[in-house]
Amino acid sequence: MTPDSPRFNRRTVLGAGLAALNGVAGTAWAQQGPIRIGSTLALTGPLSATAQIHKIVGEIFIEQVNKRGGWLGRKLEWLLKDDQSKPDLARTLYEQLVTVDKVDLLMGPYATPGILSAMGVAQRYGKVLVHHTLGIPALAKYEMSFPAWSLGTDPGNTVPASVFDALAAGPKPPKTVAVVTSKFPPIQFMSAGAREAIKKRGLTEVLFLEWDFGNRDFGPIANRVKDVKPDFVWVGAIGLEGNMLLDAMKKIDYVPPQHFYLYPSPGPLVTLPEATNALSVTIFEEHPPFTNAAGATEFINLYHERAKAANLPDISVEVQAAASYTAWQILEAGVLATKSLDDKAIGTWLKANRVETIQGRLRFDGTGQYGDDLMRVKQVQDGHWKVVWPKNYAAPGATLRAN
Amino acid sequence: MPSITLLAQSILSGMFVGALYGLIGLGLSLSWGLLRLINLAHFAFAFLAAYLCYQMATMGMDPLLTLVVIVPLFFAIGAALHWAMARFQITPFNSLLVTFGLTGIVEAIIQSIWTADFRKLESSYAEHSFKFAGLYVPLPELITLALAAGLSFGVWSVLRYSDLGKALRASAEDAPIAAAFGVHQQRNALLLAGTCSALASVAGVCLALGFTLAPSQIYAWIGVVFAAVMLGGLGRALAPLLAGIVIGVSEAVTMAVTAPSWAPLVSFTLLILILLIRPGRVA
Repeated sequence: MTPDSPRFNRRTVLGAGLAALNGVAGTAWAQQGPIRIGSTLALTGPLSATAQIHKIVGEIFIEQVNKRGGWLGRKLEWLLKDDQSKPDLARTLYEQLVTVDKVDLLMGPYATPGILSAMGVAQRYGKVLVHHTLGIPALAKYEMSFPAWSLGTDPGNTVPASVFDALAAGPKPPKTVAVVTSKFPPIQFMSAGAREAIKKRGLTEVLFLEWDFGNRDFGPIANRVKDVKPDFVWVGAIGLEGNMLLDAMKKIDYVPPQHFYLYPSPGPLVTLPEATNALSVTIFEEHPPFTNAAGATEFINLYHERAKAANLPDISVEVQAAASYTAWQILEAGVLATKSLDDKAIGTWLKANRVETIQGRLRFDGTGQYGDDLMRVKQVQDGHWKVVWPKNYAAPGATLRAN
Repeated sequence: MPSITLLAQSILSGMFVGALYGLIGLGLSLSWGLLRLINLAHFAFAFLAAYLCYQMATMGMDPLLTLVVIVPLFFAIGAALHWAMARFQITPFNSLLVTFGLTGIVEAIIQSIWTADFRKLESSYAEHSFKFAGLYVPLPELITLALAAGLSFGVWSVLRYSDLGKALRASAEDAPIAAAFGVHQQRNALLLAGTCSALASVAGVCLALGFTLAPSQIYAWIGVVFAAVMLGGLGRALAPLLAGIVIGVSEAVTMAVTAPSWAPLVSFTLLILILLIRPGRVA
């Protein structure tokens, strides 16, 4: 062997061999085609307005990942089906995604009834199910289901506690409270928690009323609230129910001194003049410190662009969009950490580790795999939602106000 | 115990919402009683009219002025629907199924255009309310009450005193005999069907003025309006309004005294009682 001739020692050969193997493996990944993730959303039907948010977020996330080269060297493909807001159809479609479409991974649908349907299918086939907005942790019985909405393990107690803590530290701590609430299950159990909090804190509950989901007439409820003159009104409302109640209050010239709405449609409420100083809860708002999370600003900008193009009435990133993005981040963390698409491995890893998301660092080791309660109290101030409690999450300069 | 003011305000609110039950029920009652067609699409037409009102008002038109466009449009739709029903000889029971299907189609159209999200018409009318004897009287609800009373009385007068009204009632009573006396049934039926849909469209404008709209809300009104129609009796003009007010006030007082979730029981209990005690009223 001459000094100029190439030297093939053992290390070089081994290195070349490994590189070749890596190349073959890479080619093999590529030859396997994209990773197929299956899910349904309520693209039509009564839940479709909110489901559009989840669709936009999913599309943004898939695009972002594919731009980065995908997961495990494979691009992502999202197989999205329309469950028409029907839980029974969601169950059938998830069954179809697993058995006929043979997707690699599942992503949960939107809204509690659909999520529970999908969870049954995921459990039957041992698939990981990350879900967006399941409001009752105790219902998440499947051990490989993972929540993206960080309500905490006992939101019925912790969320009302946060609200009453905020009020107690505010300018007019209430002594009398009216609790009016929808009987929609995820709402009703939180309102029951609010009643408990009222008792524990020695406050006086001056009114308790319930209405059925889909109630048309809020006039009599407004009359009842006005009649008892409460210091604070807890409104267990979902969607536009809060707007309807405020409309009814306006008609009888009544403005509640302090008022809270559990799950309002964020856009319509914030633009309603009567909603000034209305309180609600959130996991994410478009201001620091939430926007300090890695990737948050990029996501917010992309979401604004897409939501505007889709003609959504509200283009801001708040609870729904943030939970949806978080869901995809959780699934990504599981896949990348385990370097596999094996559901059991992903599930085991997620239960044992924390995941960095735009909501914060999430853990999945409590009831129903729920972790910390990251719900913050926000308030309509100057036409915007601003977090006011706890203080370290408050928008710059924002403090709780009363009417 | 609720205060006197609360009870009085609740009764007033019940009258207003009852007037809307009556206004929606007016066309339904006439169609069912005089044409023998159970038109479930009546509710869909009311909502379609509400959305059209919302759309035109959003574009700057006065909500009440939209009636100028909406009423003739729905008159034509109602007449065309009746023509199709007559052409294919749809029986009263089948009319229920056909118009239920049509309701689903209209709901899908509304959803595809305006989405499933809630819509609220912001009009200058909503900004006004009067205070009378310590009670608040919102203008949109007052307009609804006035329209419901005016139209019910107008239709009642036509049915009772005009030749057309007598001919319509005669046809409903005994069609062959009415035809033998020269009553032009087909023309009259088209006129009545068009009027029923036009009445639904007026109710739709009132819905848009006072309520939040969502496509799925179409079905929320069916039970209570049916109860008002049956309580009043079929083919009558004033009765749906009176029955609607009875139901509306009963619901509102129930909400004031007990809980809002008990209110639907009132209308459905009344409906069941009517079916049990006076089945002939809906025959």
